[in-house]
Amino acid sequence: MDRTLPTPTPETAHFWEGCKAGELRLQRCAACAETYFPPRPFCPACGSRQVEVFRASGKAILWSYVINHRPRPDMGTAPYSIAVVALDEGPRMMTNIVGCPQTPEALRLDMPLEVTFETFGDMALPLFKPTKA
Amino acid sequence: MKPGSIAVVGAAETTRMGRIPDVSVIGLHADAALNTLADAGLTAKDIDGLATAGENPTSLAHYLGIVPTWVDGTSVGGCSFMLHVRHAAAAINEGYCTTVLITHGESGRSRVGGGGRFGGGGGASLGGQFEAPFGPIGPPTLFTIPVLRYLKTYGLSQEDLAWVAVIQREWAAMNPRASYREPMTLDDVMNSEMIAYPFRKLMCCLVTDGGGALILTSAKRARDFPRKPVYVLGTGESVETPMVSQMADFTSSRAFRVSAKKAFDECGVRHSDVDHLMIYDAFAHLPLYGLEDLGFCKPGEAAAFIRERNTAPGGKLPLNTNGGGLSYMHSGMYGMYALQESVRQLRGIAPAQVSGARISVSQGIGGMFGAAGTIIFGNEQP
Repeated sequence: MDRTLPTPTPETAHFWEGCKAGELRLQRCAACAETYFPPRPFCPACGSRQVEVFRASGKAILWSYVINHRPRPDMGTAPYSIAVVALDEGPRMMTNIVGCPQTPEALRLDMPLEVTFETFGDMALPLFKPTKA
Repeated sequence: MKPGSIAVVGAAETTRMGRIPDVSVIGLHADAALNTLADAGLTAKDIDGLATAGENPTSLAHYLGIVPTWVDGTSVGGCSFMLHVRHAAAAINEGYCTTVLITHGESGRSRVGGGGRFGGGGGASLGGQFEAPFGPIGPPTLFTIPVLRYLKTYGLSQEDLAWVAVIQREWAAMNPRASYREPMTLDDVMNSEMIAYPFRKLMCCLVTDGGGALILTSAKRARDFPRKPVYVLGTGESVETPMVSQMADFTSSRAFRVSAKKAFDECGVRHSDVDHLMIYDAFAHLPLYGLEDLGFCKPGEAAAFIRERNTAPGGKLPLNTNGGGLSYMHSGMYGMYALQESVRQLRGIAPAQVSGARISVSQGIGGMFGAAGTIIFGNEQP
């Protein structure tokens, strides 16, 4: 079964184009400097429409997660993490943690992570893996 | 309506009209909203009431950065906005909010980014783009996501979640209509099937069929009915975000806090006056968040409060006395059953009756920490 994929909108296209280009793109307000996610063409903190897209560091820490023991059909048959990471730039986002066992012992809150992009069809999803010490 | 008591102080349309293939539905709502805020000389921070149709008000509030104490998602077709004006007038006159934004946006021609309609889930909705691709499958994998952060912050464990379920089963045992009534131990919960770590099956609500209904009228007329009236003393509501991943604080629900504060402030009831409490428990962590966010416990102290039997039969704050979503029933939108139990308790006819109950608080939640509603009931007219 094919992976469930996002349908980009005009307001979010830069983010998904960035994933395909291997870049994690966030937005920042030119008026109040707020960095925010998910994408929108104005600042949710102050309402300014003067916002810019920039390439984020891709660094994050593991903020919280569950390990789904009843996998969704498009996600395979093994338990997998559904995680929220806190990006170095401030915003949080949902993702999967890859490159390590999907166990509570391997998935420690606050562990450092870095973004990695996995291609599915004509889309790429931002996933995160433990940072090599 | 009190004639002339309410006025329109901002009005504007989207920047462009006609064919707008580069703006999605929620973007059209937001564009109209930003233009209208500018017309009124306000920002989103000045708005505390939000009404919209064709887009989930929770989604729009989060998108625009609004913290509402009143929302209206009435969607009955093209006249929805006339109904919103009318409902907003009542809400402002009643003190639920002071400044209401009513929005419309529809990509009727270009059909860009639909699917965020009530319930959301379309691939182009924000949840569809930024949560669904990562494998959640319903509430057990979404509602539960903040909990490990909560447990770590307060030095708690899975057993603290399990105790919530164990003690609610004690209430369910007294209720002949409860789905699960057999005694249950901590080990039973901790050894039940793993659903989504750290949640095991007996920490998750039932899935059952059922329904409920209420009838309300004025307090003056209520005396003419055969049943003992249960009065509405205080009310509150709020929304935070349609995406649990974007909840501002994983250890506390803003919607719970805003909604409950409004309800308590409205009627002057003190926490120490409350005889009976219902907190919507789709999962075992919700009573923990609820006890803290409603102000019955300090942050991080709800687990010990429950474990020490304060909410159990014989405790000082009986909680979820029907057995809750964990043991009584849960058809999907459980809030109705919390209200029903509050009414039963204040009528004095509950199966697990709290002796002398006079004030009951019913706390509901919607979405995955997305929305909240609070009703404070009393069986004596103030």
